[in-house]
Amino acid sequence: MRKVYLDYSATTPLSEEVFEKMKPYFTECFGNANSLHSFGRDGAYAVDMARRKIAELLGAEPNEIYFTSGGTEADNWAVKGAAWARKEKGNHIITSAIEHHALLNTCESLEKQGFEVTYLPVYENGIVKSEDLKKAITDKTTVISVMLANNEIGSLQPIRELAAIAKEKHILFHTDAVQAIGSVPVNVKELGVDMLSLSGHKFYGPKGIGVLYIRKGVKTDKLIVGGHQERGMRGGTTNVPAVVGLAAAMETAVRDLDKNAKHIKAMRDRFVSAIEKEVPFVIYNGDREKRLPQNANFSFEFIEGESILYKLDLAGIACSSGSACSSGSLDPSHVLLAIGLPAEKAHGSIRFTFGKDTTPDEVDYVVGKVKETVEYLRGISPLFAEFKGGIQNV
Amino acid sequence: MYNERVIKEFSEPQNAGELENANAVGQVGNATCGDIMKISMIIDENDVIRDVKFKTFGCTAAIATSSVATTMVKGKTIDEALKITNKQVIEELGGLPSQKIHCSVLAEEAIKEAINDYLQNYKNKKK
Repeated sequence: MRKVYLDYSATTPLSEEVFEKMKPYFTECFGNANSLHSFGRDGAYAVDMARRKIAELLGAEPNEIYFTSGGTEADNWAVKGAAWARKEKGNHIITSAIEHHALLNTCESLEKQGFEVTYLPVYENGIVKSEDLKKAITDKTTVISVMLANNEIGSLQPIRELAAIAKEKHILFHTDAVQAIGSVPVNVKELGVDMLSLSGHKFYGPKGIGVLYIRKGVKTDKLIVGGHQERGMRGGTTNVPAVVGLAAAMETAVRDLDKNAKHIKAMRDRFVSAIEKEVPFVIYNGDREKRLPQNANFSFEFIEGESILYKLDLAGIACSSGSACSSGSLDPSHVLLAIGLPAEKAHGSIRFTFGKDTTPDEVDYVVGKVKETVEYLRGISPLFAEFKGGIQNV
Repeated sequence: MYNERVIKEFSEPQNAGELENANAVGQVGNATCGDIMKISMIIDENDVIRDVKFKTFGCTAAIATSSVATTMVKGKTIDEALKITNKQVIEELGGLPSQKIHCSVLAEEAIKEAINDYLQNYKNKKK
């Protein structure tokens, strides 16, 4: 059966080139990067080189780069560490309503510890307004965290503007840039952020490895305590092959950004215009311009997302859904609700995310299958029957 | 997440559609929760369910349970159909993930709702 992967925002395949660079660090160069002997020093050298490379790509200094187990740990550490370290100063945190669960659940756990959290609204386009941030700041605000690009609807947030407001008020600013690396330029100096999270597997690197950038001079508490790894800030044996892989993948992703983003956007746009032309009663969620090039998110009215997902899966197509039924919770996507979509329309949402290897032929195949699937499911939907009946009675 | 039987019932459901001359119609669930099941039946003078169809807005499990539940009641008397529980529907499907149990409850409720409709609005009026 033909297989088409359109879930590149969930994860990407590890590139062969990156895999080759990682291989020796699983086998011959297996040393613990903290050991003093030559085996350890070989590992430490590789980690050092990777750290320098990542710093250079982000516009940071090597000693501002901390390795974590992934984006989730980086988000947890950034916000918890900063909030804890500023407990004496204040207990107020500001974030947005459309953050990834790594951030939202971090805030929720801080609320249980007595912190107060303000969730900035977004508008129909899925973008935070800087006036709302200004209004939300109190003299107790210590940390602000707003994502660079949303994972569900791809909306790009005005981070530079938001970070400047935070800086003026001497409040720490963190951004989750997990979806952004390799898709839009990311430079910590240009953005003006104090902390930034990223994750290796979103740009053809390995899973289980992430980075938290912490600007020099920023005081923060530890999240993972243990040995003296990461300059005493994050315990745990360094995952040398993953660190090497992340740096190599990031180097390629940043180098090829213009070329890849152009191709990916062309594939996405081909898909979006075909769906809007071929399938009636669809809503294109998110902003049309201020959006990640790889992201398309549609609500198909009168039908439910999980059944669309499985029907497409039977045709070999991989995508993801904002329906409650695919998440295991009863509520549909918090992001789609935050942009004002009614629950029944949020239940019918599907995210397609495109990659550097997506071909026009694949796009056309998926458009055909989506059309078929939507027609089929509407055919057995009582909501669609009701709707059609309503039209006929008018 | 789903077993092969569930996927089969979902991808090639039995009894999908709506009966125009139904004398028993039941609809349960709501769009906000993401599940609506509508069952229509033709019940004969001996209270036997001669034909049954469903229309469902919902997930894979909701569509699969609709398919199986309608098959289970076809040819049965209404008394027999009323005894069918969501547990039996799940057994027939060879199991459902725990977060999908409510879909099978929906099927049981839709059948009961349809039979109630028949008893209240059709059978008793006829007498």
